[in-house]
Amino acid sequence: MAPHIHSGDSIEKKMYGVLLALIPAFLVSLYVFGWGSLIVTAISVVSCLTFEYLIQKFLLKVKPSITDGSAILTGVLLAFNLPSNLPFWIIIIGAFVAIGVAKMSFGGLGNNPFNPALVGRVFLLISFPVQMTTWPLPGEHSYIDATTGATPLGMLHGHFGQLPDLSSMMLGTIGGSLGEVGAIALIFGGLYLLFKRIITWQIPVSILGTVFVFTLIMGLVSPDIYHIGLIKTACPAFHALTYALFHLLSGGLLLGAFFMATDYVTSPMNPRGQIIYGIGIGLITVLIRLFGSYPEGVSFAILIMNGVTPLINTYVKPKRFGEVKK
Amino acid sequence: MNLTLVAILFLGAIGLFFAIILYLAARRFKVFEDACIDDIEDALPGANCGGCGFTGCRNFAEECVRSKQFEKLLCPVGGLETMVKVAAILGKETIPADPTIAVLRCNGTCLHRPKTSIFDGAISCAVASATYSGDTDCSFGCLGLTDCVNACKFDALVMNPETGLPEVVEDKCTSCGACVKACPKNLFEIHKKGHESGRIYVACMNKDKGAVAKKACEAACIGCGKCEKVCESNAITITNNLAYIDANACNLCRKCVEVCPSGAIMEVVMK
Amino acid sequence: MRTFSIGGIHPPGYKLSAGKPIQRAALPKQSVVLLNQQIGALAVPVVAKGDEVKTGQLIAKSGGFVSANIHAPVSGKISKIDLIPDTGGYKHKAIFIDVVDDVWVDTIDRSDVLIKDCNLDATAIVAKIAEAGIVGMGGAAFPTQVKLTPPHGKKVDVLIVNAVECEPYLTSDHQLMMEKGEEILIGTTILMKAIQAKRGVIGIENNKPDAIAHLKKLSAQYPGIEIIPLKVQYPQGGEKQLIEAIIGRQVPSGAFPIEVGAIVQNVATVFAVYEAVQKNKPLFERIITVTGKSVSRPGNYLTRIGTPLSDLMHEAGGLPEDAAKVIGGGPMMGKALVNLSVPVTKGCSGLLVLTEKETLRNEIKNCIRCTKCVRACPMGLEPYLFMTLIEHEEWGKLEKERIMDCIECGCCTYSCPSARPLLDYLKIGKSKVGEVIRTRKQ
Repeated sequence: MAPHIHSGDSIEKKMYGVLLALIPAFLVSLYVFGWGSLIVTAISVVSCLTFEYLIQKFLLKVKPSITDGSAILTGVLLAFNLPSNLPFWIIIIGAFVAIGVAKMSFGGLGNNPFNPALVGRVFLLISFPVQMTTWPLPGEHSYIDATTGATPLGMLHGHFGQLPDLSSMMLGTIGGSLGEVGAIALIFGGLYLLFKRIITWQIPVSILGTVFVFTLIMGLVSPDIYHIGLIKTACPAFHALTYALFHLLSGGLLLGAFFMATDYVTSPMNPRGQIIYGIGIGLITVLIRLFGSYPEGVSFAILIMNGVTPLINTYVKPKRFGEVKK
Repeated sequence: MNLTLVAILFLGAIGLFFAIILYLAARRFKVFEDACIDDIEDALPGANCGGCGFTGCRNFAEECVRSKQFEKLLCPVGGLETMVKVAAILGKETIPADPTIAVLRCNGTCLHRPKTSIFDGAISCAVASATYSGDTDCSFGCLGLTDCVNACKFDALVMNPETGLPEVVEDKCTSCGACVKACPKNLFEIHKKGHESGRIYVACMNKDKGAVAKKACEAACIGCGKCEKVCESNAITITNNLAYIDANACNLCRKCVEVCPSGAIMEVVMK
Repeated sequence: MRTFSIGGIHPPGYKLSAGKPIQRAALPKQSVVLLNQQIGALAVPVVAKGDEVKTGQLIAKSGGFVSANIHAPVSGKISKIDLIPDTGGYKHKAIFIDVVDDVWVDTIDRSDVLIKDCNLDATAIVAKIAEAGIVGMGGAAFPTQVKLTPPHGKKVDVLIVNAVECEPYLTSDHQLMMEKGEEILIGTTILMKAIQAKRGVIGIENNKPDAIAHLKKLSAQYPGIEIIPLKVQYPQGGEKQLIEAIIGRQVPSGAFPIEVGAIVQNVATVFAVYEAVQKNKPLFERIITVTGKSVSRPGNYLTRIGTPLSDLMHEAGGLPEDAAKVIGGGPMMGKALVNLSVPVTKGCSGLLVLTEKETLRNEIKNCIRCTKCVRACPMGLEPYLFMTLIEHEEWGKLEKERIMDCIECGCCTYSCPSARPLLDYLKIGKSKVGEVIRTRKQ
């Protein structure tokens, strides 16, 4: 059957490509949090693979497809959204929810409406709020009894503590979930994905752009919301800019924009829709961060927009060739 | 009054209020229809297979009530038994019809029919037949890509991995005709099930000239006409190099089976 | 560099036979001329068993408005008119000619002299093209005279010559331009005259810089003809894509190119038009690329219609041992051949041998909704959605999602990481929806 040749692209190539792009961020988390991040990631990946294998083999009775890399990726992304000192049994529960509930119960790869790693993460966040929001301080390399501290966003939200400067946020020496701290590493990974054409620019650019513009406006119209810790200068525009950059670099935004929101299965199917989806995520993220009761909203924003995706797919169509203008 | 009681009473009141609305709405918008329809639908197998020619069991039930020619209606799945029940509900009589079964008119097994090419497209007979004639030299035979198996709602068609052909499971086939519609090569026929001695049919649809057909498949009907001559009941006709046995005329004498040089005439003997 | 605006892919070129001079393939012992070489009605034989024919003699007449004449590609004796399996294995009527010598009809001008002037008027040109049995030689085999007769009231202002050759492997058009540049330009002028277009454009993909330079140099003497290099991108040679790339107008959904004032002709067709009008030579031979990574002598062969493909394969060094698939046409849109006894037809532009490694299809997996197919589709459609809808037999929705716009270029299947046979299903969907539309119109 025509065509008789194929590009040689495969699910494996894409999945392992994303994993490769996550390596720099993983190295940063190793440096910042020590063995804890390795332990959490390993437990998460192994339990995701195990659940996928068991469910496919014994419940669905199909050929297990754990080698395609999608379960490994879910495991890594889940781990990246967890604090590096999380007890192992909570991680296993998270992996079960991610693979068992969010992915397999909908029919496996390609059919899940919500991003499995995020469903796992949000489930844990709601079920174990204390453990999930107690982040070890950077440089505390112990898995078991690290001193803990808040994330920059937590500080901003709760109006306490000394906010880190932008350069340490770029490098990642700040508190937070293990994969979200090294901004440079994440950007590097994201650019690799873009370069390899594993993801396209629409989603990350529209998310980051929306967050940047929105927070910049907020910084300009109500300068008092960024009063803590940031370097004070006379120029309000510079303040607003710092504030917007702070939002871009903090929390799970970069991780979310490059690695989670771009998940193929749960994002819209054409460039136009993807831009709408990205703008939606950006808006919801900032709304939750500024006006919600959680300091961070990327996970919720992505999940909400995942839910809107089928609607976008139905109403937003790609640009057709030879469209008849009405 | 404590708070629990307030809550219970309040919710109870809301429930009652909506229950009344629902009741009134049901009364107001009630559609009157023949109670027989429900009864008939219960008596039908409920597979919604469409074998009767209607879109589902409900439609068939409505037709049973409405139709003036009830005798012509038949649920192929439930068969005579079901139609007797339906007739009883309607107070009508039914004429017993012969039970039928689907037969595959191709015997081009891997042994009989050497493969001459490999198909690498989607596993679908519809796709394959739109592309080309098939992976053997016979352009009429079974493609073995399981469209019929997928179409069968009763698990009555099973692929035989050795022959590469689907097989009809005698007691599961309801002759609903889904396979007839699904097969792009038009290989299935709803055939009279026959009495104790079973049924005889030509398991070939190859309309090529004898030599060409024979070269493509050992079990092909070559249109030689021997069966036509030997048939006592004039049940066999040959058109386009292909023999066809009229099941209604056939008296199952088996003479044609014996004279067929290529073994294209299949007989199914019931035990 | 000009190109079309939506989708597209970049398959590797593998133009193995590029620059190989056109060779004349040996005459076969028996020539088999199929009667269904063109889209439309079957041609009706005007000869009978036992008749002697000369090369170029009319042997089957056009069987309707959309149909074409067929001429004897060889001289000899008609041995039979019988059925023969075509490329798909289905049997069709064909005229079998036992070859004796090679005596041509004497009206054909066999000299190499270039005839530049054409004094015929538009109707006479079209009549001559119809007489010569010319069809679109890019693959579709649509009768050319029909294409040149625009519906009343429609005005054509540009003739586009499709010399893109965007299919990987194929080089016949490229070589034709290198060797018969002048003839192609004259052919273009004739066609422009036939449809009364002032402008003629030859679109060539940029991976053929020698052909672009060659034709540019020659075209100086031919007023109104422009050579436009195009970006290397598949399917640049798709009719609608080519029109957009060259004149920037999109043919509306469901309409023909004439709607935007353009007519597209393949470059090989243009050459055939030159030969028919200026040299009185009907279409009975064409250039075919025989290629493949393991083929020992890939090249461009001038072959008579009706030559069995196995003879042509022999010419190129025989069928290699590791051949897994032989394809008529290019690897993207060509058709896999069931056997090699099939004869050459007017629409056959290449014979491609692919090895097992090249053709291997991966295991079909779930759609991961990666949007590769949507981004690759040059018509801006959603192949993944079509496949789901086809599996659920939602013909009405398919029509609304404009499945009929699909040009079957294969970009979706080519780029799918889950190796889903999207185009296989799309073809089924198109035929079903087409049926639905036809029934509704009746």
